[in-house]
Amino acid sequence: MTALLSIRDLTVTYRRDGSEVAALKHVSLDVAAGERLAIIGESGSGKSTLALAIAGLLPASARIGGRIDWFLRSPSSWGAKAPPSVLPDISPSRGEIALSSPPSPISKVAGRDPTAKLPISPLEGEMSGRTEGGLMERDAQKSAAKPTHIPLGGRDIGFVFQDPSASLDPVMAVGEQIAEVAHAHLGLTWSQSYARAKTLLERVRLPDPDAALRAFPHQLSGGQKQRVAIAAAIAAGPKLLIADEATSALDTIVQAEIVALIRQLVAEDGMTLLFVSHDIALAAELAERIAVCRHGELVELGATAQIIASPRHAYTRALLDAHLGLDAEPLLERAGASR
Amino acid sequence: MSSPLLAVSGLTKRYRRGGKTIAAVDDVSFDIEPGETLALAGPSGSGKSTIARLLLRLIEPDAGRVEFEGGDFLSLNGAALRAQRARLQMVFQDPLAAFNPRASVARVLDDPLRIHGIASRKERPRRIAALLERVGLSADLAGRAIHEISGGQRQRVAIARAIATKPSLIVLDEAVSALDVSVRRQILQLLLDLQREERIAYLFISHDLGVISAIAHRVVILDAGRTAESGDARAVIDAPQSAIGKALVAAAPKLNRTSKDSDAADRQ
Amino acid sequence: MNPLRRFFRTPEAVAGAIILAALCAMALAAPLFFPGDPQAIAGPALLPPFQDWSLPLGTDRLGRDVLAELFHGARTSLAVGLAAAATALAVGAIVGTVAGFAGGGVDEVLMRITDAFQTVPSFLLALAFVSVVGPSLGVVVAAIALGAWTGPARVARAEVLSIRERDFVAGARVIGMHPLEIAFREVLPNALPPVLALSSVIVAAAILTEAALSFLGLGDPNRVTWGGMIAEGRAVLRTAPFLSIIPGVALVLTVLGVYLAGEGVVETTAVRRSLS
Repeated sequence: MTALLSIRDLTVTYRRDGSEVAALKHVSLDVAAGERLAIIGESGSGKSTLALAIAGLLPASARIGGRIDWFLRSPSSWGAKAPPSVLPDISPSRGEIALSSPPSPISKVAGRDPTAKLPISPLEGEMSGRTEGGLMERDAQKSAAKPTHIPLGGRDIGFVFQDPSASLDPVMAVGEQIAEVAHAHLGLTWSQSYARAKTLLERVRLPDPDAALRAFPHQLSGGQKQRVAIAAAIAAGPKLLIADEATSALDTIVQAEIVALIRQLVAEDGMTLLFVSHDIALAAELAERIAVCRHGELVELGATAQIIASPRHAYTRALLDAHLGLDAEPLLERAGASR
Repeated sequence: MSSPLLAVSGLTKRYRRGGKTIAAVDDVSFDIEPGETLALAGPSGSGKSTIARLLLRLIEPDAGRVEFEGGDFLSLNGAALRAQRARLQMVFQDPLAAFNPRASVARVLDDPLRIHGIASRKERPRRIAALLERVGLSADLAGRAIHEISGGQRQRVAIARAIATKPSLIVLDEAVSALDVSVRRQILQLLLDLQREERIAYLFISHDLGVISAIAHRVVILDAGRTAESGDARAVIDAPQSAIGKALVAAAPKLNRTSKDSDAADRQ
Repeated sequence: MNPLRRFFRTPEAVAGAIILAALCAMALAAPLFFPGDPQAIAGPALLPPFQDWSLPLGTDRLGRDVLAELFHGARTSLAVGLAAAATALAVGAIVGTVAGFAGGGVDEVLMRITDAFQTVPSFLLALAFVSVVGPSLGVVVAAIALGAWTGPARVARAEVLSIRERDFVAGARVIGMHPLEIAFREVLPNALPPVLALSSVIVAAAILTEAALSFLGLGDPNRVTWGGMIAEGRAVLRTAPFLSIIPGVALVLTVLGVYLAGEGVVETTAVRRSLS
């Protein structure tokens, strides 16, 4: 299995009221192309920071150390038939996405040698050689000013956030939100974009795609909104789909449906999945590998079966023991209960 | 056993939406015995939280009766209702939203003691300290602002506030859903300890059957405002009869730990 | 500490704060520097400014010290402006809270009253009120507040309508708190920030209204006011324009200072809210 990206010694620090808080401490992790990797941990474990760092969506105030290297295959696969991927419109880094045609200086480099390791940092949107080793300040404005230096620019990353009510534009029809992505970034005409949006809504299995195109987010249920957000995220067939607690706000039944949907879409499109969750059982159902985070550190990484059956780290064991499944030992002394 | 602590019958609440009338809660009936945990389960929109708000008289039903401690709870008004509220408390899902954002821990716990005349002004700081310790928190926490403490600590404070007036029934509306798994387990343990020692009954509202199977005696499964099935929690979860019950059981994430499986086999 | 530092980082807020501080210093120091009656005759009439250093800003038609009048006028302007704005904000916040929290018929009645007050121009309202009751400091304050409370009332009501749906209000009901206590102890304090954001505009408008009333001769006759000074200077506008210009400039600076400082406070609290 070839690596999609390699994270080395990643440290992210937020400044809050003068003091610095390390959200991630020296995390190193390889993500293989096509795998389903879950990042789990409790609140404050740094799991979301890791996802945001990979997507290049950290706030400008975050200080980032270490490096994230991407290993991209030949850009010919980005050709006209397979449209280049873009971040959904909901992404805060929308301003950085300016590329609509593949030939950029970097993709040419990749074209010469498809297997070449590209020292490209999506965090900065510049060659990581410049930032290697030292701390760097992310500067969205600077990146936006030099769009041709962005190797990925989100083209290969789709991001699904926890709260679809917050990530969808409340005053724009759902179809338009998806079509706009296609129109702006894939260079499709409006009618092509709408056709694409409809296909996507069918793929995420919204009951009535034609009606859904014209619906506004508030007319949809929480699960339907999350389906729309997923449709926007995969609008351009990204290499990597990141779901950051994408099912946490939903009830169990809808959660199971969304997980099944993500599993199917990832398989059909050959995407790599990064599934960020606090729920180890849910992660185990979906992922092939699990990374366990705690207090900004990666405490354990392994195949799902190994993590579940024979966890090496005490914290992983504690998480497993804390899980309350249907088959879990009841806390209640049922016989002794006062009735 | 002769008379239940809470007897709900025919509870109905309708909303008008776009000219159509939708029953959020449709003819729901159940009883809760003293010291018992009854769980209300169901997907979102099944009417669980509406029932909680109806029982606490935060909204008024369109039909139905609620007998609480032998009296007609729905007929109470004004001062009589406020006095009886001491016996029926609630813990919300998001403990940050459930407290005045400007409040301190001390003020949050002082309010019920003052309103119900449980302790004199001089005595209250001592009672607050005792309440904090009762829910496993340090008494030093009293001086902190609500937004300064962790989510788990906040939910403990919420429980301390709920037990301050010595209630016989606490409605827990998704009270552990927003907590980290390790914290969740501790809070559930605290709830069980309180129930055992003070004989408090719980109406435990959750969409998570795993949590319900861990702490509830009985469960009512709701679907679109109606009772789909009810019964002993273990029995319903092991062999759900209704479609929604089956769907909920099927949807619950399962950990296939070999060790746990053998435990389950041992229990059979 | 932190909000203060943030406040002083914006240059407009600093400018506003300096102007206000100077004004307050003037108001407080007035009896110190000019202990006598500012309306007493101090020298020859219509002495232009910067001629006699014992009367630096000259004298008016009756030979009264303009600088002394300016200092004492600052007292009146600030006192009336702040008192009227405080009254308007308090009345508005209470009416808005009661209307928003009680809802139903109470809300309907209170908001129709608010409508009625809002449809009459506030200056006319003040003018009519003072004309009927007679000019004195308290009446002027009440007259100005009469036309200024509707804005805060509407903002407070809108804010209360959203806050009363929040869980902590339900929580307060669940523990048996009395509705009045919920309204004024739980809801009102949380509804205040956007209401207080109006204060700079209201104070500035109140100072102007007071000046306008005085200009029309409806101010407290026993006090020096800037509006009164401008009116006084109007008669000799061609020969001694400084008599109108000096209090006019003071008025403009005051309103500017109040507005800038107020905006600075709003900005600072807005940042703090978004951070938390």
